[in-house]
Amino acid sequence: MPWIDACATTDIDEEDLIRFDHAGATYAIYHSPEGKFYATAGLCSHENVHLCDGLVMDHIIECPKHNGQFDYRTGEAKRAPVCINLKTYKTKVEAGRVFIEVS
Amino acid sequence: MSNRNYSLLGPDGKRAVEIGLAAAEWYHTDVPRKEMKAFMQRSDMPAIRDTVILYGLMILFAAIGIAFWPSPWTIPVWLAYGVLYGSASDSRWHEAGHGTAFKTLWMNNAVYEIASFMIMRNSATWRWSHARHHTDTYIVGRDPEIAVMRPGVLGKLLLSFVGIPEVWGYIPRMITNAISGPTPDERTFVPQSEWPKVIRIARISLAIYAATIALALWMQSILPLMVIGLPRMYGAWHHIMTGLLQHGGLADNVIDHRLNSRTVYMNPVSRFIYWNMNYHVEHHMFPMVPYHALPALHAAIKHDLPAPNPSIAAAFAEMWPALNRQLQFEDYFLQRDLPKTAKPYRMDFHEAALGQTAAE
Ligand code: FES
Repeated sequence: MPWIDACATTDIDEEDLIRFDHAGATYAIYHSPEGKFYATAGLCSHENVHLCDGLVMDHIIECPKHNGQFDYRTGEAKRAPVCINLKTYKTKVEAGRVFIEVS
Repeated sequence: MSNRNYSLLGPDGKRAVEIGLAAAEWYHTDVPRKEMKAFMQRSDMPAIRDTVILYGLMILFAAIGIAFWPSPWTIPVWLAYGVLYGSASDSRWHEAGHGTAFKTLWMNNAVYEIASFMIMRNSATWRWSHARHHTDTYIVGRDPEIAVMRPGVLGKLLLSFVGIPEVWGYIPRMITNAISGPTPDERTFVPQSEWPKVIRIARISLAIYAATIALALWMQSILPLMVIGLPRMYGAWHHIMTGLLQHGGLADNVIDHRLNSRTVYMNPVSRFIYWNMNYHVEHHMFPMVPYHALPALHAAIKHDLPAPNPSIAAAFAEMWPALNRQLQFEDYFLQRDLPKTAKPYRMDFHEAALGQTAAE
């Protein structure tokens, strides 16, 4: 599985996310309140809405369209109207850069 | 004869999917991420304050009405109780349904369930219908919450001010839901996993109404129904008045909320009852901004929006002639001027959405 250099650690505020597009796919990369980085699919599993415009609260990402909520650490769907979990990707930080492992 | 087919199972809905109008990407005013995050921040306090005031007033008015029943002097008290029950419940249903009114989940859910009961909507069904309303706002054949269909049936609109079509439609729907779950059109937007909840909610509502009617019969008095049920009718006028203004007379089948939604400046009492949904363009463009942050959001993006109507009366003066005109010319809609600072309107799909019939 290739590791992709996605962004600098400083590109994402704590308790926030950014969108990252790569090879025709779109991802969301999160910076948690305790300083860790996580990555999920970039589109909500309810409809094709980019999660990057949503609000991060602790470990929850709220979809900006209908407030479907996911735990971005596990991808678990937590609030209707989302029922399908988000795909998650491994991340690592090296030399101030965030890498994600895409399949 | 209407060109538009509003059925969720009809040809217009199918066409909207085929041409890419359904679930399309909508126009948004640019707002820097940091600012938008600040607007979206949740807080419990404003909604706790408003909920204490709302339920406190309802208890007070109902207590006075019951204590002095059947004195005609209590009529104003019942009218006030009715508006809180039959109109404020609409906005509470709406905001708590979005999950933005409170920060705390259970508070949103509790207010949502109570408000859904009062406004006579199955809470499990309507959560999904409103999600669709936000995905496909005023897209014919996709949006299950189009209040003013074209051409408008003005008689039905007027009856809505006392809740007649809604209550008339709700009773058989509640009974059907209680017996066999969602109706065929509801099944187009409610996922199967939620059908048992639809049934459970309908049965609970049915039981409460049956108990209220039984009490009224036993007391030989309409009083129990004045408290539960009837205020959905005698207090409905305010939410219909404000609700009609949300989209009435404006465009359908577009992907720009500035074309299909209306922002109206209102007096503070109406804003309390309506929970700031008078900022309706803003709400649709950014549905995750809580009601208490909408005035600030409005100030931040009004350079990109058509000018708001200055009052409820001014908004009706703009909307009513347009609705009348649609009686004759169904495709007519109001297109308000944008300020010079605004980006142009997005009219994509508008022509294609009605297919051959509209182009003729
Ligand atoms: S699109 Fe994300 S919750 Fe509906």
